[in-house]
Amino acid sequence: MSAVVIASTGTPWMWLVSRGSGLALLVCLSAVFVLGVATRQGSAPRAWARFVVAELHRTLALFAVAFLALHVATAILDPYVSIGWWASVLPFASHYRAAAIGMGALAVDLGGAILVTSLVRKHIGYRLWRAVHWTAYLALPVAFVHALTAGSDMGVWWVAATVWGSAVAVAVALLARVLGRIRGPDHRVRAGASRGVDREPMRSAS
Amino acid sequence: MTTPVRLGVDRIACDGRGLCAEMLPELVVLDDWGYPILRQGPVPDALRDLAEDAVGICPKLALRLEPCPVCDAPSSG
Amino acid sequence: MTANLLVRDSRRGTACRPGRLLPCGLAEGPSFGDHLARHGSLPDGRRKESWQRATLTAIREAGLVGRGGAAFPTGRKLDAVRSGPGRAVVIANGTEGEPASRKDRVLLSQAPHLVLDGASVAADLLRAAEVVAVVHPDARRSVDTAVAERGAAGVDRVPIRVVTAADRFVAGEASAVVNWVQRGTPIPRGRPPRMSEHGLGGRPTLVQNVETLAHMALIARHGADWYRSLGTTEEPGSTLVTLLGAVARPGVYEVEIGRAVHEVIALAGGATDELQALLIGGYAGSWVPAGSALELPFSAHGLGVGLGAGVVAALPADVCGVVETARLTRYLASQSAGQCGPCVFGLPSIADQVDALAAGRPGTFGDLERWLEEITGRGACGHPDGVARMVQSALRVFAGEVSGHRTGRCRASEAARVMPWPIPDVVP
Repeated sequence: MSAVVIASTGTPWMWLVSRGSGLALLVCLSAVFVLGVATRQGSAPRAWARFVVAELHRTLALFAVAFLALHVATAILDPYVSIGWWASVLPFASHYRAAAIGMGALAVDLGGAILVTSLVRKHIGYRLWRAVHWTAYLALPVAFVHALTAGSDMGVWWVAATVWGSAVAVAVALLARVLGRIRGPDHRVRAGASRGVDREPMRSAS
Repeated sequence: MTTPVRLGVDRIACDGRGLCAEMLPELVVLDDWGYPILRQGPVPDALRDLAEDAVGICPKLALRLEPCPVCDAPSSG
Repeated sequence: MTANLLVRDSRRGTACRPGRLLPCGLAEGPSFGDHLARHGSLPDGRRKESWQRATLTAIREAGLVGRGGAAFPTGRKLDAVRSGPGRAVVIANGTEGEPASRKDRVLLSQAPHLVLDGASVAADLLRAAEVVAVVHPDARRSVDTAVAERGAAGVDRVPIRVVTAADRFVAGEASAVVNWVQRGTPIPRGRPPRMSEHGLGGRPTLVQNVETLAHMALIARHGADWYRSLGTTEEPGSTLVTLLGAVARPGVYEVEIGRAVHEVIALAGGATDELQALLIGGYAGSWVPAGSALELPFSAHGLGVGLGAGVVAALPADVCGVVETARLTRYLASQSAGQCGPCVFGLPSIADQVDALAAGRPGTFGDLERWLEEITGRGACGHPDGVARMVQSALRVFAGEVSGHRTGRCRASEAARVMPWPIPDVVP
C-alpha cells in the first residue's frame, strides 16, 4: 500500500472506502456491460433463461448505483483531498486532479442519463431510450480512464489484475457485439423445431 | 377488480427475442421462428403481475397490455 | 334483376354496352364536358350540413362497400373518419398493387372525373382539408389532365393533389399509401392506430379505393335506391372485374353482382378451354373449383369467398394448379415488407414447401398446414393472411393433384402451359 497520510482532523477510512468501492464499482459496471451485450445478443447459458440475463443486467446496474453513491460520497467527504460536490457531476470542477476526477464526473453524467431513461423507458419510447443507452459504449471506457488516472492503487498486483481482467471481459463482450453486427441478420428457419420455450441462443435480425 | 387486459404485441417492433415466452409460458408460445403466439382472451388475475413484468422486460418494448372491454374481440395487433 | 349485364370492351370493337362506371368507345378518358354530358353535375349545396347528412345516409342505405379488397362498409368508414379529431384527409387509392388487376387503372383512364367527383364528395362529407389522389403510373397522365380541367372549372372545394403510386404489392394497403405520401416508403404501419383516427400527418384519413369513390359519386347523384336496383340484397350494385387466364377476351369488365359466374366469363368471350378452377380476388385470393363455381352467383355470399380486388383468373384443365400456386406463393413471399417475423420467415418457408409439392419432391408436409394457421392474424398487416388463405384454398381445391404429386405424378399435360398472367418471375 502506498503511504497513507493520516490527516490531522480526519480518518483514513473514508479514503480507503472510496478506493475500495471504486474498484468494486468498476467490476460491477463491467459485469453490467457484459450482461447488457448478452441481453442484446440473446445469449444465455444453458440453465438460464434470457429474461434472467436481462434482469441480472438491471439488478447489477442498481447495485452499481449503490457503489457509486458510496464511492462519490466518501471521496467528497474525505478531508484529505478537496473535491467539492459539484465535481461529481461537473467535469473539471475539482481542484484535486481536475482531469482525472473530471473523467469520473463524465461517466457519472452519462451513466445517470442511462439510468433515468431506463427507469422511465415505457414513457419515453424505444428510440429515445436506445439512443441514450448507446452512450454506455462511451461511458464505460471513460470510467476506466478515470480508474487508471485517478486511482492510486494500480501498483498493487491484485488491484491491477482486477482492473485489467475487467477490461479484458469488456473488450471480449465488445468484440462479440461488433461481430454480431457484422454477421448480419440471422435466418432462424428451423423447420420442425420444437415449439415453446427455446433455450438456444438466438440472434436478433436487427 | 381492475379492468380486464389482454396481451398485445407490436409486430413491427418485435424481434422474436423470446423473453416473453420464457416468463409467461402460460400465455405466450413461440412459433418456429421465435415469434410470439399470444393466447386470446383476458389475462387471468393470477398472472397479471407476471404479465406486467414480461411487458417490462421486453427488450424492444413490443409487448403490451391492452385494456379490453370486449376481450374476445380480435386484438388490434 | 332485369338489367342486362353491363359490358365494357373497348379493344375488340365488339358491341359494347356502357356500364355505370365504364363508358364505351373511348380510347382516352372523357373530357370534363363529356363527363357532365353523361352524368350531369354533382348537386349544389354540398357544404350544407343537411346535404352531408342526407348523402351519408344514402351511402349507408345503399350498402356500398369498399372495392379495394376488404369490402368494408363505406358508410361506417366515413362515420369513423368524420368523428376523428382534427381536419380530415381524403386519399383516393388507385395504387392497384395487385398485379393481376387492371380495373383501377382502366377506371382512372376511362372515367377519371367520376373518381375525382367521388373524392370531392368524400371531402365535402368529411369537411376535409386535403385531398390526394395516389394513382398507378399508367393512369397518371389521364388523371393530371382531369385535375387540370377541374381546376380551371373550379368544381372542387379542395384542390386535388396527384401523386404517382409506388410499384409494390403491399403499396396499396391503406397505411402503406399514407406512408408513401408522407414519407416515401410504401410499407404498412402496424395496426394501431387506425387511419380513421391517425393517418396522414396524424389526421383522420379516409383511404378509399378509386372504384368505391366512383360509385359514391353516382350515389350522390342518384341515391341509394338507384344503386340497389342492381345486384343482390346483401351485395348490391355493380363491380369491376379483371378477367384473365383461359378466356377469349381478357380485360376489365363491369358486372352486376349476383349474376351467374358463367355469365361473367361469357362477357370475356367465354372460356378457351375446359376450366379446372378459378382464382377469385387476386394473387392472395381464393381458389374455387370451376365445375361448381360456374353455376353459382358471382358474389361473396354465392361463392363463399370474398371478391377481393375483383380478379377472376380462369385456370384451364391442362395446367397444374399446384405449380401455379407455387409461383404465386413465391411471388407473394418476395413482396413482404420485411417488417415482421411471420412474413420474413413464415412466407419463404411456406413457399419452399409449396415448391416441393409442385416439384413432386418427397417429404412431409405436416408443417405446411400448421404454418398456414399460425401466420394468420399475426403479421404487421394482412399480407400473411392473404397468402395463407390462397394456399389453404389451393390445398383444398387441388387436393387430388397434391396427392398425385406426392407420388411423383402430375395430371397436367406434357406441354403444360403456365397461366398467361403477369406473374413477375422471382428467383427464390
